[in-house]
Amino acid sequence: MSLAARTKPQTLKSEQIILFRVGGNLFAVSSASVQEVRSVDSLAGAAAEIKDSGVRKVRHVLQRDDKTLFVVNGTMHFGLPLTPGTLIFILRQTRTALLIDGIEKMGSMTRLQALPLAFQHEERHWYRGLTALDQSVVPVVNPEGFLTAEELVLLEQSLSLRSAAARETRTQGGQPQ
Amino acid sequence: MSAVAELELQAMVLLRLGDRRFAILANQIAELVAPSRIHKFPHRTPLVEGVILRRGRIVPICEIAERLLGKRTSSRRFYLIVNRRYETHAEWVALPVTGECELIRAEITAASESDAPHVAGWISHDGEVIEVLELKALTSEQQVLPPPQTPFLVEASL
Repeated sequence: MSLAARTKPQTLKSEQIILFRVGGNLFAVSSASVQEVRSVDSLAGAAAEIKDSGVRKVRHVLQRDDKTLFVVNGTMHFGLPLTPGTLIFILRQTRTALLIDGIEKMGSMTRLQALPLAFQHEERHWYRGLTALDQSVVPVVNPEGFLTAEELVLLEQSLSLRSAAARETRTQGGQPQ
Repeated sequence: MSAVAELELQAMVLLRLGDRRFAILANQIAELVAPSRIHKFPHRTPLVEGVILRRGRIVPICEIAERLLGKRTSSRRFYLIVNRRYETHAEWVALPVTGECELIRAEITAASESDAPHVAGWISHDGEVIEVLELKALTSEQQVLPPPQTPFLVEASL
């Protein structure tokens, strides 16, 4: 049995993390995964609505450079009571912009324990693992865990339909009376 | 007692849950600890109540009372920390118990096909017939309904 080897927490030199709140709960994300932090207000004009995609936690998209980002409501993703999000994390190398309540503080973690196998559902995709900070256990989110491949397909389809509808509207609007 | 009969006896820990007692093979037990702070965070595994910190490890708490007694129990005296074997390795899992635990030696009668999956066998002790628990079945979700749409969780509590 390889108990000792497998349950030994993964030792990190030290990883900078951002502790943030969603729906009153504390989470951590690696600082390296966050490309940008923006206030909701500063993006109000840049976000476009996306409806009927079938992905309820995504209601808006953001255009950043040549990429379309999907704004994931953190409370809906984690199934928490809805709270007004104030900040958005733009997550590096993903299509996700994460709506959160606020940043608690910056910190560092030196140990990341794999999520125990007793956890058997979506949370295995949500979290990189767990870390203990100041005698509290904090889940460390997986930046790629906010949207599944299936959800991305649904969102892409919805975007395509939206673009097609916009083209059609422009075409009709440009026709001579 | 003959040497042969003695060999058939196995060390077991008797645990109390509500008004019933159950047994777990002693070689599956890591330790018995007093209740400590439960840390909770969002997840969708109904069987897991939260986690505790123990000796630098983060240990999930599996709520087994609902499966064994048909109802959840809020009272708890100890956490029995067991080594739960998974396919490739073993991990600690904390099982809440509501009363004293006792180390005994007893002979196991094998479970029959009609027994629930969490029953590894039976022992007779103090005039009582007691289920020997099968940890794999007890701490997996094969026996329970699909996860609810509304997720679990929420606040950290003592």
